[in-house]
Amino acid sequence: MTTLRGAAASALPLAAFRFLTRSEARAAVEGAKVRWGFLVDTYKCVGCGFCVKACKLENEVPYDAPVTRTWVERYVILKDGRMLADTPLGARDGFTGMEVQGVQVRKREIAKAFFVPKLCNQCENPPCVQVCPVGATYQAPDGVVLIDRSWCIGCGYCIMACPYGVRFFHPVYRVAEKCTFCYHRISKGMKTACVDACPFGARQLANLKDPNDPVTRVILTQRVAVLKDEYGTKPQAYYIGLDENVR
Amino acid sequence: MTEEWSVHGLEWTIKELFVYPNEYIYWSIQIVMYPLMTGLVAGAFVLSSLYHVFGQKDLKDMAKFSLVFSFALLIVAPMPLMFHLQQPLRGLEVFFTPHFTSAISAFGIVFFTYSMIVASEIWFVYRRFFVEQVSSLEGKEGIGNTLKRFIYRMLTLGAYDISEEALRKDERAIKILAAVGIPVACFLHGYAGFIFGSVKANALWMTPLMPVIFIMSAIVSGIALCMLTYIVIMEWKKFRIRTSSRPRQLTAEEVGGAEVDLVKKSSRYLLGFMVVAITLEILDLVFRGYTAVKSWDILRSVIYGKDFVNIFILQYTFGNLIPFVMLLLPGLTVRRTAVALVLVIFGVFMMRWNVVIGGQAFSLSFAGYMHYHLPVIPHSFETYKEGLFGALTIAVMPFVLFWGINKLLPSLRYK
Repeated sequence: MTTLRGAAASALPLAAFRFLTRSEARAAVEGAKVRWGFLVDTYKCVGCGFCVKACKLENEVPYDAPVTRTWVERYVILKDGRMLADTPLGARDGFTGMEVQGVQVRKREIAKAFFVPKLCNQCENPPCVQVCPVGATYQAPDGVVLIDRSWCIGCGYCIMACPYGVRFFHPVYRVAEKCTFCYHRISKGMKTACVDACPFGARQLANLKDPNDPVTRVILTQRVAVLKDEYGTKPQAYYIGLDENVR
Repeated sequence: MTEEWSVHGLEWTIKELFVYPNEYIYWSIQIVMYPLMTGLVAGAFVLSSLYHVFGQKDLKDMAKFSLVFSFALLIVAPMPLMFHLQQPLRGLEVFFTPHFTSAISAFGIVFFTYSMIVASEIWFVYRRFFVEQVSSLEGKEGIGNTLKRFIYRMLTLGAYDISEEALRKDERAIKILAAVGIPVACFLHGYAGFIFGSVKANALWMTPLMPVIFIMSAIVSGIALCMLTYIVIMEWKKFRIRTSSRPRQLTAEEVGGAEVDLVKKSSRYLLGFMVVAITLEILDLVFRGYTAVKSWDILRSVIYGKDFVNIFILQYTFGNLIPFVMLLLPGLTVRRTAVALVLVIFGVFMMRWNVVIGGQAFSLSFAGYMHYHLPVIPHSFETYKEGLFGALTIAVMPFVLFWGINKLLPSLRYK
């Protein structure tokens, strides 16, 4: 059978093979049925840090290095109006004490407090991709922004261009590094490591092109917000319960 | 995980209050040196073009020197970038696979275009000299002379015609190249400003004024450095001849040191460009304060608080105001000019520092700060290349190169 196929292929005229123009290539993938997005329900997050731990192990970011693909922020708004926030080691070990930003907070002083998980927003208009001088970072047809570790020159322009601070230099490979929604997992039908690790369902992966996806339905039908939309990046990580204090 | 790792930026960044976990000062001293160097290139070239294009005859002696010096600086300009890259061996990819939506990708094209313009202008300026050297070295003994003659023969590129008409054509070529070179030099540096000005995530950098501010301060720094180098070299020659016991071809009086007239005239151009540069910078500052958008709270705390000394004392007072007054006061001497020039160059360096480092002094969260501690004593390759000694290496390099190039292309004329 293989021989037959080979013979058939070799019999094809050269004209049968051709380069696709840019628009043709786009048209070929635009029919793709997937656009990955994310939903974070901040009401459900307790700041345990399991997601950060799982991410670091799954994606081989050195465990003790103070950089991380995903992290959880704690916000404490005091009754006197002061806002305190922190994310020790990206909340890898969760939040265990009452000390925020070096301030020992007492319960009765707190007006409100909550946790906000952060990860790459896989923007529709990613500034990091725009500024890469060699095209080492690119957006996959399903919306996820990826990095070619063999091509990145390590200039750091993408790190500077991201308003969300999700990028960093990989401590071992010495090239730009970021959250990829665990691309190696989601492209095989699995969920991201952080989604699987979250015991409370605060993190959920969505296929925004599928209106029947239960997570997409939540995004479409409930009141959700995105981070820093003023930068025009069109972020695709949606949040339930976002507060004006969130940075 | 037991593998060895190091987080870039951890070494020299100190965080304060609420800063995102991945934020560090990623662009450090070499990114301060990069615009400083390209700025000096552009400035030196513009100074030489003032003579070639606009016929400012008073700058004739300066023109040749600053052209050659600009070439030495040009070779150094990409070096800070190589020192900065995490993967320097892949630096050439910028030329192979330029991604044109990125400001940095233009580097290859602009840099090579500009290099070719400067190199060919130098060639036209020195063509006659090459031919004369070839004929005067003919028949002279010694390996040195043979080698020298061979190099000059190569440099003539086979064009031996130095008739009146041919030289007139050279002059025209020089004028055209110098004229084309000005916008390209401005583009080379303006786009360095664009690299910063277009980063919308950075509240301090993002302003359309950035490329123009960069160009103006570039010209200021370039003129200042050319004048300073000229003064130092001329005075050094005079000093050497005066103190040497060996008989020389020239006497100290014949060398004459730096010419006060030339220095005075050049400093007038310097003052003009300084006025424009400072006006733009102040305009930017006033505009930010007046419009006071979301980022202004944190910017104000950085500009008027954390970086007050760097910006208002070191940059504006020592780098601008004091040299400005020194150059304006009547009875200008070469010595006073030299001091003022050092201050001007320092001021431009501080301006670059305050943009690059100051732009990373606050967190993207607008609720925290980052402090930069320049590594002084290197204990690893990274702390060398992104530390004080790496910066000094870059700073010394143009002078070393100029010394070499000047051996072949003597650019300083004695009386």
